[in-house]
Amino acid sequence: MRGCGQVSEQPVVLVAGSASGEVLCLDESLSFWGGVDPRTGEIVDHHHPQHGCTVSGRVIAMPSGRGSSSSSSVLLEAIRSGSAPEAILVLEPDEILSLGSIVAGELYGRSLPVVVLDEATYSSLVTGETVAVGEDGSLHRQSGSVDDDPDNTTGG
Amino acid sequence: MDLSVEDRQRLAGDAGPAAQLAMRIVVRLAESMGVDHLLDITGAHVDSCLYHGQSGLDFAGRLVEGGASVAVPTTLNVSSLDLLHPELYRGDEAEGEAARRMAGMYEEMGCQPTWTCAPYHLENRPSFGEQVAWAESNAIVFANSVLGARTARYGDLIDISAAITGRVPAAGLHLDDNRRATVLFRLLDVSPDLLDLDQVYPLLGTVVGAASGSRVPVIEGLPTALSEVRLRALGAGAATAGSIGMFHAVGSTPEAPTLESAMGGRDPHEVVEVRTSDLRASRDQLCTVSGSALSSVCLGTPHYSIDEFQVVVALLTGRRVHPDVDFYVSTGRSVLAELELRGWADLLRSAGVALVVDTCTYVSAILADTTGTAMTDSAKWAWYAPGNLGVDVVFAGTSECVESAVAGKVLLDERVWSGV
Repeated sequence: MRGCGQVSEQPVVLVAGSASGEVLCLDESLSFWGGVDPRTGEIVDHHHPQHGCTVSGRVIAMPSGRGSSSSSSVLLEAIRSGSAPEAILVLEPDEILSLGSIVAGELYGRSLPVVVLDEATYSSLVTGETVAVGEDGSLHRQSGSVDDDPDNTTGG
Repeated sequence: MDLSVEDRQRLAGDAGPAAQLAMRIVVRLAESMGVDHLLDITGAHVDSCLYHGQSGLDFAGRLVEGGASVAVPTTLNVSSLDLLHPELYRGDEAEGEAARRMAGMYEEMGCQPTWTCAPYHLENRPSFGEQVAWAESNAIVFANSVLGARTARYGDLIDISAAITGRVPAAGLHLDDNRRATVLFRLLDVSPDLLDLDQVYPLLGTVVGAASGSRVPVIEGLPTALSEVRLRALGAGAATAGSIGMFHAVGSTPEAPTLESAMGGRDPHEVVEVRTSDLRASRDQLCTVSGSALSSVCLGTPHYSIDEFQVVVALLTGRRVHPDVDFYVSTGRSVLAELELRGWADLLRSAGVALVVDTCTYVSAILADTTGTAMTDSAKWAWYAPGNLGVDVVFAGTSECVESAVAGKVLLDERVWSGV
């Protein structure tokens, strides 16, 4: 079955890094600006289905970036303040998200992985499961049916 | 990566630490996009100057210390302060000071202190086909769609990096192929009467934006030769609800004289039918509250143009805003200067209108009362203000906003939606 264990199709790494955390699947794309409080990581966009959820420490999966071009700065500020997600998984490349992470790497030596997944892998993600994202964008799942080495599941 | 001699010199640090950092950011972004060469730009519009926290100061500080200076004419987007009227600011003192320091740093880099999200209202706006690097979603959509200039969907951090280096990744809406529409919106039962209302355009924008994602949409069935005011409201709404960087309106936008030209002779990947009920649903979604209590009216997101002020001036001449209602209009300082010349600024102020410049009422602590209901004619303001400010919002047409402000309570003209 596709979507279990390590991904079969090559992920596209927008910003490389390794990380692990609990997955939070967002039903709709989220604009960090106006959508996330960078001090707490809470989703404050009233129109968003996951309004009230917290992105801090989570591996968030959302279809794409959305809305305001200030989102790079808000993501950067969230990374600085320690309330950012661990990693961002998307279906479409998004430069605005990439930039916040790239500049966090330049300024603070701390970036988060931003990876484009194929549709099958993306849609198999489940909120609450723990995944590790590798430097090459590979995805390792810590529960469920895995077909890769179960020891190779911790991220940085 | 195919880099020019100057690019390599910047990367090597020959042009100083700031140019080196800016060049690294441009190149790393290009690499992440899988792009193998860069383009020259002739101008930039920078949004990084808005204060979101310490990291913004850290970034600007690193650039200024590294000797940053913009390589192309560069305008600045809104600040979180009304720099000309600091008394309007009600926020935290330390945060206000940090925002002011940050604004100063961008001026120090040679950016023009325009402080507007509507740089297309300034003189010297980019011409058809010109390659620029613009940030701010509504400005990006306007530049591409209405002016026919070419900018990718730039955001904070890359905008100033592009301005310092004069270089951008050769990708996205800079290139012909990516400017062709791939999703077609057809208006079905939207009456000419409805299409004659300004308020329909931001609503149509949110419908188109939400269904387009990051694709380029084309809209068929609109009146031709639409005004810049309407095209702008459509684009701002679409860029709020989706991540579009460009749209075509057949018969109005310069790259869409016909449906075929907008689509580059290809078939759409998707056809979306838009009904009046979709527009009404969008309106309902933008209203967080019903009832007649009213605390504020907030117009000018994006920054109001002279043409839009003309409508408000006509409605308010000889009248006064109700004393219990705070009425704000945000605009650019260049438009304010024109309002002063025409005598409209005095007329509006004595009618009870606060003119806010350099910032926007939804990014700055300006509203006196954020516990009540605010009315707006902007889909963008209606979308973001509840999250940013905690206010309840009613979206309506400009004239309904003004009539409500005078009456001191929400007055909606539901006739336009009757039978929908």
